[in-house]
Amino acid sequence: MRAEQVLRLERAAAALGGRTIWSDVSLTVDGGRFVAVLGPNGAGKSTLLRTILGLVPLTAGDATVLGAPPGARNDMIGYLPQRRELDPAVRVRGVDLVRLGLDGGRWGVPLPAWLPGNRTGRAAARRVTDVLELVDAAAYARRPIGELSGGERQRVLIAQALVREPELLMLDEPLDSLDLPGQRSVAALLQRICRTRGVAVVLVTHDVNPILPYLDQVVYFASGRAMAGAPEDVIASGALTGLYGVPIEVLRASDGRLVVVGQPEAPHVHTPRHA
Amino acid sequence: MPEPVAAATLDIPGRVRELFTYHFMVNALAAGTAVAVMAAIVGWFVVVRRQVFAGHTLSLVAFPGAAGAALAGLPAASGYYAACGLGAVALAPASRSGPSRGAETAAIGTVQAFALGCGFLFASLYHGLLGGVAALLFGSFVGIDDGQVLTLFAVAALAIALIGIAGRPLLFASLDPEGAAAAGVPVRALGAAFLLLLALAVAATAQITGALLVFTLLVTPAATAQALTSRPVAGMLVAVALALIVTWLGLAFAYFSPWPVGFWITSLSFGFFVLARVWRARRARSACGTSPTRRLMLPPGPPKRRRRRTREGGA
Ligand SMILES: Nc1ncnc2c1ncn2[C@@H]1O[C@H](COP(=O)(O)OP(=O)(O)OP(=O)(O)O)[C@@H](O)[C@H]1O
Ligand SMILES: [Mg+2]
Repeated sequence: MRAEQVLRLERAAAALGGRTIWSDVSLTVDGGRFVAVLGPNGAGKSTLLRTILGLVPLTAGDATVLGAPPGARNDMIGYLPQRRELDPAVRVRGVDLVRLGLDGGRWGVPLPAWLPGNRTGRAAARRVTDVLELVDAAAYARRPIGELSGGERQRVLIAQALVREPELLMLDEPLDSLDLPGQRSVAALLQRICRTRGVAVVLVTHDVNPILPYLDQVVYFASGRAMAGAPEDVIASGALTGLYGVPIEVLRASDGRLVVVGQPEAPHVHTPRHA
Repeated sequence: MPEPVAAATLDIPGRVRELFTYHFMVNALAAGTAVAVMAAIVGWFVVVRRQVFAGHTLSLVAFPGAAGAALAGLPAASGYYAACGLGAVALAPASRSGPSRGAETAAIGTVQAFALGCGFLFASLYHGLLGGVAALLFGSFVGIDDGQVLTLFAVAALAIALIGIAGRPLLFASLDPEGAAAAGVPVRALGAAFLLLLALAVAATAQITGALLVFTLLVTPAATAQALTSRPVAGMLVAVALALIVTWLGLAFAYFSPWPVGFWITSLSFGFFVLARVWRARRARSACGTSPTRRLMLPPGPPKRRRRRTREGGA
């Protein structure tokens, strides 16, 4: 019963502080698809996620999210923001963070699940256990989050975004602080969730290579515009040249990695620090 | 101060009974109980939200408030509430979580010194102050009247009710502001409301511990609880238990000894804090190297990038 089409933007434009960030952006995402959002720093990738959540209004065009205007169905969207400030000195356990993702917005106080008559509390605790198992984080979810490695932490946060069983999961640079194997295993996990649960995954990333084998679709932001389509169509010399307006070359390394050359700014599709 | 009757013997039940024979002592214990429960719960959030500095500022503003009220012929308690409330309103825009904290702390530190100076002036202009400057700064347990006790109970009930209503979203906003904002929790509004609640708690606590020793009930039990458990509800309960123990024992010791209540409460809660930190440090050491699950969960690859960020700063 997943929505056929989870996301649709038509000639949309967004502005921040009076400055148009991007315009004339059209894309559709179907249920259960794995989509990467690419582009240089400041191109407006995070802004796209924020418009989908209704946090940034569109200045032109139309958007439909899960069959409603942006912001109306946010309870069905799991969102992992960029740059998460979790203080390592504050000792909060992963399970508690995930549980807050489930019902943290509700008024009241969290009552322990062992209290007699607390049936909703027990059901919620079970849900939290299930989602932690789904992302393979059960083994360390009871440790303080500040003591976890970057990859372990990211899995717990993905569990938090998934705990309400969303139809759309949006992650803003979830692979950022991970080493290459860490990136691959989180990417594989996301693809598994995408395939087995039918959740559409929209993932912002700097380096498309670790997730390239899993992708259904790519949205590439540059020069105030965006291009959407199949990965091999978008990450191609001709398409990117048209988007940037300057000659761009996409090279394929012998191991299958893509390297974009000739961008006006530093290379973004492949970031050498991960090599 | 009345002559301790059972002081010469070690007759504990007799001594406890003696504590309750004097009205001023009953008032002190009742007021201390209300304050301890409220301060521990609010303080737990203060520690988690890293707003210790804001709490410190509010407690210093409380001093000129109380001294000024006395000078104006008003009850000192009204001065505490008014000054802390105003302080919270003034702090609200500055305490918005953000990277530009450094500049603000300098400005706030300047205001703190100024507040202490004003308080000292008011206190020296007014000589009839019960217990004098020392009582306002370091606490006193004599002279808490019935009305004050009732007010403290009402304030504590209000604070606990507010936490009961907004505890969960406040917890979410405190532990994980970005995640909470993404889930639609009004993080900003909750932050401002919490600052007012903190002002209320500080004003109430200062009446027992004095302006300078507010932290002994507000922050120390909560920080001790944080060292003992990372579960939110359990942590709050531990903090409340610790605050009650140090308040009751501190008042009793102060009654039977020549040393002031502020000293007893601070040293007791400091003692618990040190014990908890030692316990945690030893546990961390004994747990070190015996984590096979963690090994298995890590993806294969260069382990150097695993960031070690254990016990930075602490609290
Ligand atoms: N509140 C704001 N007011 C004005 N401009 C803003 C605001 N927030 C962001 N911007 C600008 O909007 C542009 C797009 O920002 P956005 O965060 O969407 O970029 P991004 O593609 O996610 O970049 P990165 O890869 O660095 O995360 C940037 O140029 C940024 O400077
Ligand atoms: Mg971004």
